[in-house]
Amino acid sequence: MDGGLKLIEELRGICGDAHVVTEHHALRTYESDGLLQYATVPRAAVLPATGEEVAAVVRACHEAGVPWVARGSGSGLSGGALPLEDGVLVVLSRLRRILEVDLENQRVVCEPGVTNIAISAAVGPSHFYPPDPSSQIVCSIGGNVAENSGGAHCFKYGFTTNYVCGLEVVLPDGSVVELGGKELDLPGYDLCGVFVGSEGTLGVATKVIVRVVPTPESVRTLVSFFESPRHAGQAVSAIVSAGVVPGAIEMMDNLTIGASEAMAHAGWPLDAGAALLVELDGPQAELEATFDQVGELCEKAGCSEVRVARDEAERQVFWKMRKSAFPAMGRVSSHYYVQDSVIPRTALAEVLERIDWLAREYDLQVANVFHAGDGNLHPLVCYDGHAEGEAERAEALAGEIVVACVDAGGSITGEHGVGVDKKRYMPRMFSEADLDAFQKLRCAFDPDGLANPGKVMPTPRLCGEVPGPYREHPLEKAGLAERF
Amino acid sequence: MDAAGVAAALREASGVRVVGGGTKLGWGRPIEAPELSVAELDAIVEHNVGDLTAILQAGCPLATARDAFAAEGQMLALDPPDDGATIGGVVATGDSGPLRHRYGSPRDLVLGVQVALPDGSLARAGSKVIKNVAGYDLAKLMSGAYGTLGVVTEVSVRLHPKPREWLTVVVRRDDPHALAAAASELTHRPLEAERLDLRWDGDAGAVLVQLCGASAPERAASIDGEVVEVDEELWAAQRAAQRGPVVLRVSSTQQGLADVLSAARDHGAVCVARAAHGLAWLRLEAADAELVTALRARLGACVLLDAPAALRREVDPWGPLSAEPLMRRVKARFDPYDTLNPGLLLT
Repeated sequence: MDGGLKLIEELRGICGDAHVVTEHHALRTYESDGLLQYATVPRAAVLPATGEEVAAVVRACHEAGVPWVARGSGSGLSGGALPLEDGVLVVLSRLRRILEVDLENQRVVCEPGVTNIAISAAVGPSHFYPPDPSSQIVCSIGGNVAENSGGAHCFKYGFTTNYVCGLEVVLPDGSVVELGGKELDLPGYDLCGVFVGSEGTLGVATKVIVRVVPTPESVRTLVSFFESPRHAGQAVSAIVSAGVVPGAIEMMDNLTIGASEAMAHAGWPLDAGAALLVELDGPQAELEATFDQVGELCEKAGCSEVRVARDEAERQVFWKMRKSAFPAMGRVSSHYYVQDSVIPRTALAEVLERIDWLAREYDLQVANVFHAGDGNLHPLVCYDGHAEGEAERAEALAGEIVVACVDAGGSITGEHGVGVDKKRYMPRMFSEADLDAFQKLRCAFDPDGLANPGKVMPTPRLCGEVPGPYREHPLEKAGLAERF
Repeated sequence: MDAAGVAAALREASGVRVVGGGTKLGWGRPIEAPELSVAELDAIVEHNVGDLTAILQAGCPLATARDAFAAEGQMLALDPPDDGATIGGVVATGDSGPLRHRYGSPRDLVLGVQVALPDGSLARAGSKVIKNVAGYDLAKLMSGAYGTLGVVTEVSVRLHPKPREWLTVVVRRDDPHALAAAASELTHRPLEAERLDLRWDGDAGAVLVQLCGASAPERAASIDGEVVEVDEELWAAQRAAQRGPVVLRVSSTQQGLADVLSAARDHGAVCVARAAHGLAWLRLEAADAELVTALRARLGACVLLDAPAALRREVDPWGPLSAEPLMRRVKARFDPYDTLNPGLLLT
């Protein structure tokens, strides 16, 4: 970091000494996000308190030519908030005020550090904010914006991008722009829409305006058990083909049921090949009409049993089984690697067969948890990190699973983001021309490449001047990067 | 001409007017440029019935797609006016109809795009699965960009089950504020309405709530209004009022709709609005620049859609753009020589 000391002094001037962290041991708190396989200690971490301070920090970094990474709660699962060794980490956790609850217009204006769950809490019980990542108790709305987070209820309700209508953004040159607002369809380009899911590479949001909607009148939940995920998959197809749009439809395989049962004690059969959790929400009268139909469809698809949650307490136990899946896997395996690929739902049987075959080939266990409605798989590749070479083998297997999903017409990531973790798979999904088009957008927002560089795109790229004469970039001259 | 042909044509062109069904050529600033049509790209490339997704070429008429999906009990939840409109044009203009209430606008239903860019490349973004966060969401960028950043040649879309039973409840009021209040009460209830619109015409108005599903009659009973079982004409009229001699689309809020309805009454306009989204269309028999300016001062962001070319020359059809310098930077990267619909959106 050239002139690093001068920059750190400036950051101290902006945020106060107490909010600029430079000691190695203190910085280790920030070395990873939720993806622990990657760790980098940044040069400094800075914790601004306001949007103005964020803008001043970004401006100072821009003037010093120092790259930076924004971080919310650090619960991301793709390494999107992985710091840069020579960069500044901008931690947004002090920007946690809900600025306005405008229930009449069904909007909430908040700072990026506000947790996802806090938004629903602020508008409840009459309203709620639908996107509900499993980490919603801790994850921040700013992180949700960066990743376009999903969750269990997205099949019916949509994703972060369908609910964020306005943003205040600090661009990588330190300038501040308003994108969208409380109103929809404002004239001009939908820059708010394209910012959501840009993984911190276009700037940092300092204010977020979201849409909230009325809380469904009624919720009913059931779980049914099948011989295998394939059979459960047939039930999913039958339910969806019948025109039912469940609020959530989640699948767990035998390994996951066993792990979660040890933690959540729901009394689910340990010999079941798959559990299918189906939740319908909506007007009471409509649920009466469709809920029984769902149970019947599960039976027709060959389930061994249907259990209906009798009350809210039992419903919470069902959900605890699902939401415990990741932490509970720690009891089964000392380490695991989470994937997030997506397939067209109809390809489920074929892809599961491929995953089984790959798991045998690599001699590793793969547990499967799915958002079954939208074909979003979360295979958990289990391994022993202390066994020689096993981590590498697990990573290679996880990579093969991603490739299998893309080959089936799917995506490398459904909700966790590309980050550092999946950028090497980007060329499996996108051509050089596609990546060039992405880079055009990137260059419009961040011509100097200072915002979260090294994420999303598979190889480093530089931005030329547009329009204007060609000039060679120093990195290009040194053969370190290719000009876009 | 196939998609690669469109891209090749763009590389050679100095300026083109991008055309699909040709139903919205009167929107934006009037421009003169040779036409580049994507109307020949009219295929339904895939209809993945089990996945509730489809891939459509840009020139595919919405009506053709609608019929094909309906045959499988499915729908693309976009019902803007103009029967001759193509999916590409609807996406490019971000146009929407009453189904917007529940399903959102084209940006919310488009899963991926293929675009031809002025540098002659053909790029894809997004995917054909309903959940995907890989790469930048250029489908959002292209939605509503009026073909000024790239020519959409293909889109993949999410489909929904087509309701089998429905009805509409009509709640009438003869005062704009009372009407807006009635709508607000309904938008704050968990009705799961399919459509929830407002209408003002002359000196009276109505809230229209369409409910679907087997329980629709039971749910309708909780709303104090007239139940209309054969409701096609009601909704056709809502869509039709989004077109006219002069049409302004107002980006307001739920609370702001009372003012929009009052303005409609004051100026003898027909107004239709998506009550929960705060979006309104004002249909006037005639307007001059002064009236457009006055309505903007009163109501906020108004885009002038249908209007005589002379009016669209005299007054900026878009009004002020937030973050305009950044929009220009985006335009400069995607279309540095102003090849695509030059002057239509940014001058």
